[in-house]
Amino acid sequence: MKAPRIPMEELMGSGHLACQGCGATQAMRFALKALGPKTALTIPACCWAVIDGTFPHSAVNLPIFHTAFETAAVTATGIKAGLEMRGDKETTVMAWAGDGGTYDIGLQALSGAAERNDDIIYVCYDNEAYMNTGIQRSSSTPVGAWTTTTPVDNYKREPKKNMIDIMTAHSIPYIATCSVAWPEDVIEKFRKAKEIKGTRYIHIFAPCPTGWKLAPELSIQMARRAVTSRVFPILEITENGEKLEVWKDFEPTSVREYLKPQGRFRHLNDEEIDGIEKDVERKWQRLLAKEKMMAAIPGME
Amino acid sequence: MKKVIMGNHAVSYGVRASEAKVISAYPITPQTHIVELLSEMCANGEIDAKFIKVESEHSAMAACIGASAAGSRAFTATSSQGLLLMHEMLHWAVGARLPIVLANVNRAVGPPWSIWTDQNDSLSQRDVGWLQIYCESNQEVQDTVPQAFKIAEELQMPVMIVMDAFFLSHTFEIVDIIEKEQVREFLPPYEPEIKIDTADQHSFGNLAGPDYYMELRYMIQMAMDRGLEVVKRVNKEFEDKFGRSYGLIEPYRCDDAETILVTSGTVASTTRVVIDELRDEGVKIGSLKIRVFRPFPIEEVFDVLSKAKKVAVIDRNISFGAHGIFYQEIKSALYGRTDIPIIGYIAGLGGRDITPKVIREIADKAIGDKQPEKYINWIGVKI
Repeated sequence: MKAPRIPMEELMGSGHLACQGCGATQAMRFALKALGPKTALTIPACCWAVIDGTFPHSAVNLPIFHTAFETAAVTATGIKAGLEMRGDKETTVMAWAGDGGTYDIGLQALSGAAERNDDIIYVCYDNEAYMNTGIQRSSSTPVGAWTTTTPVDNYKREPKKNMIDIMTAHSIPYIATCSVAWPEDVIEKFRKAKEIKGTRYIHIFAPCPTGWKLAPELSIQMARRAVTSRVFPILEITENGEKLEVWKDFEPTSVREYLKPQGRFRHLNDEEIDGIEKDVERKWQRLLAKEKMMAAIPGME
Repeated sequence: MKKVIMGNHAVSYGVRASEAKVISAYPITPQTHIVELLSEMCANGEIDAKFIKVESEHSAMAACIGASAAGSRAFTATSSQGLLLMHEMLHWAVGARLPIVLANVNRAVGPPWSIWTDQNDSLSQRDVGWLQIYCESNQEVQDTVPQAFKIAEELQMPVMIVMDAFFLSHTFEIVDIIEKEQVREFLPPYEPEIKIDTADQHSFGNLAGPDYYMELRYMIQMAMDRGLEVVKRVNKEFEDKFGRSYGLIEPYRCDDAETILVTSGTVASTTRVVIDELRDEGVKIGSLKIRVFRPFPIEEVFDVLSKAKKVAVIDRNISFGAHGIFYQEIKSALYGRTDIPIIGYIAGLGGRDITPKVIREIADKAIGDKQPEKYINWIGVKI
């Protein structure tokens, strides 16, 4: 990854209401550095509905329209249409939702906006559970994780839903994943997204120390290990879903080292961890195979 | 220019004349013609608007909310299940104080599936904070659209235009079509003071603690209270320009009436025919149409009804376990100020015809019953 210059400008201020070590807060800060002041946001129910601050304060120096849980994508569509009809064709409109608002309750509206290729940036900051309501499982929660609705005796058995495949199926112009452990990459991807027209989907891996039962100072380390253990691949899908590039230029680390510091996986025995490791490896290999396959299609570079 | 058009298309022409800038909708019978024609008008350039073809009514209202918050005039139309799916966002539009206009074609709610008219869809949205205007003719439907936008934008409150399925939506009548050039003076372009604007940043709708929430709700009620005067004034301005007038309520032959039938929607037209018949027979009877249901015109209703000896309310709706919904409103408006009997009649649910014969039956019952045994009476039930 090459390092772009990080803008000094801060569109997000201190005094927000996030927990210590919150990945979602860092994600917003980096994203806004890339997008700049001609940006309007809509935020559904999620941690960020609170992080922004209570009336009459806001932690973000941009227009934010708070909206209902399942409507982030289409509210952004409406804002974009409303601005354009007033003659403002320049403002970037960004929907900023958590994994619950993306994978679950907001999936229909997101699919609708993506199918119409509405001119918005949709961001899922993924902390792998309903953290704002106090750590309940979402369809983004990984296998093996404890949450308040998947107690240790009956931990999450179902695999994390593959949002990237779902979004790829919509043939939108830009899909990317990134992690708050690589701010330069986050900024680069948002800059790239800003210049593209149509629906752009950016998925940011954003640890939640509170919900993961993790020391706040380990938040960035876990964001990094999720990537280097291949649990959360960094990738870009361009050319309307036809081209996939997976980032592989890192020293691999073990899945075990990623799971161990997190209290949400503490109940897992060695055998269960082996199972998760195998699953991660299988999915990684499948992803690489897919990358090769897509590159090998005649006419695709 | 006069045209013979269906009620649904009267809505579309009203929206065209009002120069809505963003339209978002999802199809549902019997509303669909409204947005089909609007879609055509957007495609051929008759309207300079963006049409967002969403995947649900919930999203239709969310798109309108986004567009309106960004400062553009927004419109949608729906019916029945669609309106119910919107429910959460109807609240959102009110809380965000967005002047969206929605046309709802009254259709019965399932199950069992029914596409025919009754008012339970719109009346179960009674408490969300939308103004509700019940229309009776295609001309009124068209004329109410620019009025609704003007009222909405002045109050910063959303307005629902309500019309009966089929009896209005699919019935062809002569309509004097209004054009945007004529309407522009009456309804200038929407220019909200506060909107989503990167040059003037605000956070809209963020968390408000108990110290603020109640005041924000009080301000919504203040807007509703002001609504009655605004509806009247806007109607007067419309009359001055176009020569047609529609009030909050419409009394018919009520001055010396001993019995008054309270109606809404297309039932009002049929009722007037029956009133004339009964008057010819020497019966002192009149009717009162409620046009504006929210805000409820309590004083206007009281002034008309308090002179009668008996009031009969015809409800094409039912609040299960209680009464017809207009009945409850009328009773509440009169409570403690008069002791005249108010009798409720439930009729025409799921599109069953409310014919002159049915209204005559209701009138006969109402006149005959000195002190009725029941204050809620179902008309024409076969079990």
